[in-house]
Amino acid sequence: MIRVLAQSAVEIRNLHKSFGHLEVLKGIDFSVDTGQVVCVIGPSGSGKSTLLRCVNLLEQPTAGQVIVEGVELTHPDVDIDAARRRVGMVFQQFNLFPHMTALQNVMIAQQRVLKRGRAEAERIARENLDKVGVGNKAGSYPAQLSGGQQQRVAIARALAMSPALMLFDEPTSALDPELVGDVLTVMRKLAEEGMTMLVVTHEMAFARDVADRVVFMDGGVIVEDGPAEQVIGSPKHERTKTFLRRVLDPTHHEI
Amino acid sequence: MSTIKSEPSAAAARGGGGLSPRKRRRVILGVQYAIVIGVIGLIAATVDWPTIREHFLDVDAARQMLPTLFTVALKNTVIYTLSAYVIGFLLGLLLALMRMSSAAPYRWAALVYVEIFRGLPALLVLMLIGFGIPIAFQGLQFPGDVYGKVAIGLGLVAAAYMAETFRAGLQAVPRGQMEAARSLGMSHSRAMVSVVIPQALRLVIPPLTNELILLFKDSSLVSALGITAATIELTKLGSDAAINSADATPFVVAGLTYLIITVPLGFVVRRLEARQTRGR
Repeated sequence: MIRVLAQSAVEIRNLHKSFGHLEVLKGIDFSVDTGQVVCVIGPSGSGKSTLLRCVNLLEQPTAGQVIVEGVELTHPDVDIDAARRRVGMVFQQFNLFPHMTALQNVMIAQQRVLKRGRAEAERIARENLDKVGVGNKAGSYPAQLSGGQQQRVAIARALAMSPALMLFDEPTSALDPELVGDVLTVMRKLAEEGMTMLVVTHEMAFARDVADRVVFMDGGVIVEDGPAEQVIGSPKHERTKTFLRRVLDPTHHEI
Repeated sequence: MSTIKSEPSAAAARGGGGLSPRKRRRVILGVQYAIVIGVIGLIAATVDWPTIREHFLDVDAARQMLPTLFTVALKNTVIYTLSAYVIGFLLGLLLALMRMSSAAPYRWAALVYVEIFRGLPALLVLMLIGFGIPIAFQGLQFPGDVYGKVAIGLGLVAAAYMAETFRAGLQAVPRGQMEAARSLGMSHSRAMVSVVIPQALRLVIPPLTNELILLFKDSSLVSALGITAATIELTKLGSDAAINSADATPFVVAGLTYLIITVPLGFVVRRLEARQTRGR
């Protein structure tokens, strides 16, 4: 495996990503320290989801480096499957496996990837389901669960792999408003336990309260990067101000 | 709108003259029923029932077929069908995965295969395997002789159809499923086996059951291979018996025996389809 000297959980250097002629990421440099919670905010189409998907190489970057836990994922000879085991990902659409129960969803990768025995995998699965508050739904299929429950099972599924880093791609955007709180509570608990987290979100209250750092992206570049209270509370850039005005006070902005 | 008391305004709403839509529907329905009753009456009056009974529903002729019909012919038909189905299923799944491979030669090979075997009549393929291959490769023996030839001949054709069905099923599994599996550290092939293929199979159960029905009927083509009393199947048994008894009853009996299998299967397909539209 290719190791690079690093203290950061994630380090991204001069990252570019194009889809055909459309350049979505135009040179991103930033890092996440171990134990840090970083929220990425920005208008839709700003490239924030693409950035997140580049961190575990679900999207292949066009140029630049992605280094996770000292392993350069963008190196051509990297064992990407091994590297991804250390990075949990939670999707906007949950992406639970519909043909498996909640318990099986949390067990399958443990058994097939980490080669854990059935009993051990089940024990760890139940621990994690309990932790996210859906332990009593272990035998249910995803279609029988609410969105909030599904997303929490998805979080348990990622946690069961003992990841060093968790990526959240708009984890509450597909949820009914009254279910958002359940998922955010679980995420806050994770943050308090010291999990390194990179979260793309529109939940400004969560970003302000939980994040150590907030990154504002627009047009494929990082516009502003700093402590949460500064970026959300007193943004420096005009683009950040405009975006926050629209998000925080959607009924009063000028069209 | 139109009440009994305000008839003039109702007439105006109709746009003047003619029947109201409701009355027109009633007339049309009446005409349809009249046609049905007329056709039934015509058949009852013109058909020579004793002749029909004698030539199509001759109980003695049917009885003569009896033990063999089920113990040999139906059994063989089922064996031909299932063996060809298994080959078609496995080869079809392989072809579908090849069609979606990232290596171009595999994609091309699978495409060429599907185009060829979907475009050829099953009878021609069967004869090619049954007569052509033994001529070309002297001394080559198919496992189980006729059984082997049929399984391969019909299986090759079925694989082409099933490959397209599998491909549709595999492509219908949302991309997020593969992404979620990969993000958990599964390799591409592990994710296919554990996550994508099981879901694709569930999606294609109804069309694949249909394919089973089609194969069941196509097994009648086997008679072209010149089968013996031991390897006889339903259609051949029917036509042999029809020649012996010089009447059409054996055809009817053979046909009914196919329906014993195909009608319940068709029922299963409808149930599965209904469950799929309801579920998830």
